[in-house]
Amino acid sequence: MTEIICITCPRGCRLLAGASNGGVTVTGNRCPRGEAYGRSELLHPVRTVTSTAAIQGASISRLPVKTDRPIPKEQIFACMALIHTLRVQAPIAAGSILYENILGSGANLVAARTVEKAALPLQ
Amino acid sequence: MYDVTVIGCGVVGAAIAYELSKRKLRVLVLERENDVAMGTTKANSAIIHAGYDPEPGTLMARLNVEGCGEMERLCRQLSVEYRRIGSLVLAFDGRDMKTLERLYQNGVANGVEGLRILSAGEVRAMEPAVSEAVCGALYAPSCGIVDPWGLCIALAETAVRNGVELRLNSKVERIETMAAHYAVHTSAGVFESAYLVNCAGVHAHEISAMTGAQEWETAPTRGEYYLLDKNCGGLVKHVIFQCPSAAGKGVLVSPTVHGNLLAGPNAASVSDPDDHAVTAAGLAEIAAAGRKSVPSIDLRQSIRNFSGVRATTSEEDFIVRPSRHSPHMLHAAGIKSPGLSAAPALARYAVEQLGAMGLPLPEKETWQGGRTQLRFRQLSQQEKAALAARDPKYGRVICRCETITEGEILDALRSPIPPCSIDGVKRRTGAGMGRCQGGFCGPRVMEILSRELGRDPVSIPQDGDGTNPLTPWNQGGLANEV
Amino acid sequence: MRYDVIIIGGGPAGLSAACAAWEAGCRSICVVERDRHLGGILNQCIHNGFGLHYFKEELTGPEYAERFIHMLRQTQADVRLDAMVLQATPEREVHLISPARGYEVLQGKAVILAMGCRERTRGALSIPGTRPAGVFTAGAAQRYLNLEGQMVGRRVVILGSGDIGLIMARRMTLEGAKVLACMEAMPHPGGLTRNIVQCLHDFHIPLYLSHTIVEIRGRTRVEQVTAAAVDQDRSPIPGTEMVFDCDTVLLSVGLIPENELSLQAGIEIDPRTNGPVVYENMETSIPGIFACGNVLHVHDLVDFVTAEAAQAGAEAAAYTASTETAAPLAVHAGHLVRYTVPQRLRAGRLKDGAVLSFRVSALCGKCRIQVHGSTGSLLASFPRERLAPGEMERIRLPKSILSGEGESITVSVEEDAAI
Repeated sequence: MTEIICITCPRGCRLLAGASNGGVTVTGNRCPRGEAYGRSELLHPVRTVTSTAAIQGASISRLPVKTDRPIPKEQIFACMALIHTLRVQAPIAAGSILYENILGSGANLVAARTVEKAALPLQ
Repeated sequence: MYDVTVIGCGVVGAAIAYELSKRKLRVLVLERENDVAMGTTKANSAIIHAGYDPEPGTLMARLNVEGCGEMERLCRQLSVEYRRIGSLVLAFDGRDMKTLERLYQNGVANGVEGLRILSAGEVRAMEPAVSEAVCGALYAPSCGIVDPWGLCIALAETAVRNGVELRLNSKVERIETMAAHYAVHTSAGVFESAYLVNCAGVHAHEISAMTGAQEWETAPTRGEYYLLDKNCGGLVKHVIFQCPSAAGKGVLVSPTVHGNLLAGPNAASVSDPDDHAVTAAGLAEIAAAGRKSVPSIDLRQSIRNFSGVRATTSEEDFIVRPSRHSPHMLHAAGIKSPGLSAAPALARYAVEQLGAMGLPLPEKETWQGGRTQLRFRQLSQQEKAALAARDPKYGRVICRCETITEGEILDALRSPIPPCSIDGVKRRTGAGMGRCQGGFCGPRVMEILSRELGRDPVSIPQDGDGTNPLTPWNQGGLANEV
Repeated sequence: MRYDVIIIGGGPAGLSAACAAWEAGCRSICVVERDRHLGGILNQCIHNGFGLHYFKEELTGPEYAERFIHMLRQTQADVRLDAMVLQATPEREVHLISPARGYEVLQGKAVILAMGCRERTRGALSIPGTRPAGVFTAGAAQRYLNLEGQMVGRRVVILGSGDIGLIMARRMTLEGAKVLACMEAMPHPGGLTRNIVQCLHDFHIPLYLSHTIVEIRGRTRVEQVTAAAVDQDRSPIPGTEMVFDCDTVLLSVGLIPENELSLQAGIEIDPRTNGPVVYENMETSIPGIFACGNVLHVHDLVDFVTAEAAQAGAEAAAYTASTETAAPLAVHAGHLVRYTVPQRLRAGRLKDGAVLSFRVSALCGKCRIQVHGSTGSLLASFPRERLAPGEMERIRLPKSILSGEGESITVSVEEDAAI
């Protein structure tokens, strides 16, 4: 059994997860999300990536971005490298897809803030 | 060819430049740092001493009392923050009481006015927070507190406005003595000058050595301080000293002109004159000594610790005299406490010395001495409203702790000696001096500096050269390059 | 200008308070924000994890803020941006200044303080050593990195395990910096467990509990720090020193309510929270002045800030000159409880009950939160599996148990082993 601290919510439940009879059992969770987390963490850990991308034509210089679902942990740095190449033009609405199916993970990279086009943009 | 070159622009160099700017002379000031007031001037007790400490008959005694006497008028003229709040030297036992008597006699001999020895009851009536163990105190009503770097900046700015040339980032590396002048080799070029004034503070002995020989030994003494939050600023109303010892004037507790409370310094000799570290032991020493004077002092209210190095030398007195080896060089060295208090008088004395060394001192008819500095937070509601209506930049508060506006920062950037660092802005405006220590306004000040100076934020230093808060991107990122 | 409710601060607390005041029927509201955008600190908190309680989904800080900014736009509340409040008087006059409108004095029937908090600095800790560049509070570094796209260092040591420090450990790592260690002077982490896991463990960043930085060295930029283990009194233990070559130190050593305006107005401050003492309706010691969010006490979850501020907003909207005559019930912090908010209850004013927020002073295992009356009678008991100082706890007291309870109630925590 592997001890896993659930990061799904601030409670931080201590889970025990282990493979048994071809399946995975999770104990210590206090909600179904905890069980799902324990299972995924044991088999194939995933994380949501949040960062910022360069934005032009806005009154701010950085656009917060995130993956719209967790991606495999081992893809985090490759995902960061892709974010570094992004150049976004204002205006942009929160939720707009900036990069589809990032690294084949099935997750999209989306804007996490609505940014208007500025009358007097920076830069 | 310059008539006079002043080496070092702390408060002594600035005051001498200020005095020289009143004369028809070509004057150059060389400063190794990226701003003025970067040495002892920016890290000291900020006290204008009354003048009862120095031995009667010394240069120190005379210049201290004279400087103290004129400080109020000078600060008003230059728009420098100053308050005459008086000082108390506390006595805790009979031996201390004898010391007070000696200081009193010294003071009378030095011409200090208004000195009085107070009973324990009188002391506590004046300062309810001082220790109950106090058995008396020497009261000196003429003692004051000042903004030390503000004084230096104001003097230097006035000198520059009156024609003195200031070169920052110019470290003197070598001095060549020619037939009728000096060639001063610096990190930023060679300058020729008929006369030199050595105001290099803790490095003055090195300058002295460049023109002949070491004339004194320097034993740099470091003093550490606690600066407490403004909510402690009213704990005492006077400068509270303890009896001086061989090590110096001892730990004081004092309000500052900015409304904080200052406790320090200790005195530790250091080998490196640029060693500005604070130590756990030093801070503990100050804490203990501070509590001895004012038991309720709450050091958890600390917002900053700092230390300054004093130019303690083998000579007791200030060294203001022509070099023994190089006849056209004047030393103004070994200026430890009360150097800040003495600076204006010392500068006049130094210029007299230059006259005696053969430098003609024709008066300048066009000299302009006044200086004004706008301080938003000190204005009335009506004045603030009028100012913000006139110029919206005074309607944007950049430093929330000290209420410093963008307008004041822009004023500083358009002054005769514009700052190039975040702390340079702080020393001129007060932005970043408050309880959050620039946590909030630092990035905003950097943004203004970057915009106004047309420089990449990465190249903006916090204070001296090389103290940049930001580092370049180090990976494929180049994230900000659009 | 006159308003029924003036809200100082347009961060999560101010936004929620404004929306709730509108919801409660108030039609004369002004939100004063010092920045050029609403949202406050959430704008730089680009990580996710916000909104699980309130929206039942996981949002980033800017997304969470945007939901409320959108709600506020549906109201007719006035918003002053780029406007700094210089003073709030006990008579509820709010003095502010902005480039766009100059100096203004607004008169409120009620004023809500929602200014948030600030970070403890190096000066407050008196860390020995030199004063080179490269020492940042975690929040200042976060602003540089997330709002301005500027990098603050390459080799980093973090002092304090508060949430912002942990979040910044991950953020700096993602941007290519090497985070060497995180030092925590207490024997337990300061931040949420999930952040220890996803910010430190995920990137193999060691967390040293009961350790602190004893010296920072470097002439112009940080070059080295020395850390050491500390004893129970948090004094460094000689011989345990570790040296790290680094160019950056981030401080995540505590947040302090931004109480400058509160103090200036003469509002009574609780020395434990460093924020105002408040009644059950979030009203401070000055009638008509309310407080909520991190200016009242430091929260670890924005969802709770939202809830508390919504209450303050609704109460401020309902506020007419105080008519309360009955003496309030004092809420005492008992065994293992560091403080409670509110600190005073006026039972007669409660609609259905009161939510008490508090923090424990030490890590507790299986335990009960107990509420006793002034005569010592047990009024309520709430079982808990675990309580940590880093995590704010909340309990709801029904009105029925508070009526007729004399002068005070006491909230305490008893560990099950001890009961």
